[in-house]
Amino acid sequence: MIETVKNMKDANGTLTGYLINGTMSVPLDESNTDYQAVQEWVAEGNTPADE
Amino acid sequence: MSKISSGTTTATGLVQTSDTTGNLELQTNNGTTAVTFDTNQNASFAGDVSINNGNYLSSQPTFRNLIINGDMKIAQRGTSATGLTSSGYFTCDRWRFLAANVGTWTQTQDTDVPSGQGFTSSLKMQCTTANASLTAGSNGSIITRFEGQMLQHLKKGTSNAESITMSFWVKSNKTGTYIITLYDGDNNRIIAKSYTIDTADTWEKKTITFAGDTTGAFDNDNASSLHVYMWLMAGTDYTSGTLQTTWHGQASANWAVGQVNLADSTSNYINITGVQLEVGSTATPFEHRPYDVELARCQRYYFYLDDQGGVTNQVINAGFMYDTTRGRFFVTFPTTMRTNPTIVSTNITSSIEFNLNGTGVFAPSAVLPFGASVSVNGVLLQGTADSGTGSAGESRYVRIAESGAKIEFDAEL
Repeated sequence: MIETVKNMKDANGTLTGYLINGTMSVPLDESNTDYQAVQEWVAEGNTPADE
Repeated sequence: MSKISSGTTTATGLVQTSDTTGNLELQTNNGTTAVTFDTNQNASFAGDVSINNGNYLSSQPTFRNLIINGDMKIAQRGTSATGLTSSGYFTCDRWRFLAANVGTWTQTQDTDVPSGQGFTSSLKMQCTTANASLTAGSNGSIITRFEGQMLQHLKKGTSNAESITMSFWVKSNKTGTYIITLYDGDNNRIIAKSYTIDTADTWEKKTITFAGDTTGAFDNDNASSLHVYMWLMAGTDYTSGTLQTTWHGQASANWAVGQVNLADSTSNYINITGVQLEVGSTATPFEHRPYDVELARCQRYYFYLDDQGGVTNQVINAGFMYDTTRGRFFVTFPTTMRTNPTIVSTNITSSIEFNLNGTGVFAPSAVLPFGASVSVNGVLLQGTADSGTGSAGESRYVRIAESGAKIEFDAEL
């Protein structure tokens, strides 16, 4: 279950992934089921926090 | 007579030659040995052997079982998980417990297996908090999913669509009707069949054949296409219709009609093993694949690094210090993963070390992928200092120095 989502960014500020619940590093990959879960979570009106 | 030779003319026909060896030879070309049967009844062939026009069997001899870890022998995540009330992968690889409002369960990789079949493990679900009054939306099942690119030979969605047969061993204290549902996620279609557990507490082998589906091809990609549901309990949302025994567009009410409620008592359990899904309408003997082969197939979807049961100081890989407070190391995956994996690191503090000949130790508090470095083949991980320092550019070896640290790589469907 998703409780928190943070944006992960590189040194240039480019989004590289999401950190779910502080432990799960999720890549920007549409085939990744956790990435799909984040997209559903966002579609429900949630917004990832910046690091 | 110990030799039979085909003559080279119509006049000679079969030529019989006697000797005292006790061997029996079949010869061609009037004297060239083709097959010899010796006195120990061994047969040797002088030329190549071809059976059934080069096909060893009439069906695929190896990898005919579409199911990965059907014998439940791989359990990378652990052998027991308790207090289960929601869905997830817990013990046996590739088998997901799907649960909503079905009480509480313990899942184990169990040693109870049908005798004489060569199995060592089964997946066991034990009810620990009952739910005798399921809600309409209650559902519980053991499922496994397949990439579409693994299923193209089923020719689904064509006039040549193949039938598939599922066989498995099952044991439960609760007799009655159980349901298997195949769900085509690409085309939102299902087919379902029932089976009966006839005798309590007894291993039984079940075989179910599903017709081929001439409608809706599986996508040829790495995403989930076919889902196999082995139902344990279902609310009326899934049981109030008519069991969908032919391929059809899905309607929830038709998924699990007739399914018993395995959640109605804490005495209830079910063991499953030897699950095979194969092309055709005949169940062949279970295909026992080697442990290493099955492990590698599972690692396409999940693997982890840890202390391997308490073996400390295991070297993970070479690493280097990026600067004084950040170290990086590359992890090469044991097999190409299905997709770029989610990475979960736990208990890293004081467990993972960047070591420089024992004289300097840099210990991170967490490790995360560096930038967008994760791929299906590996990842560059970066640790930020919890203790110790280093100098930029220093080479270090990275090891798990104490038990507890775990880094998981998850690309499951």
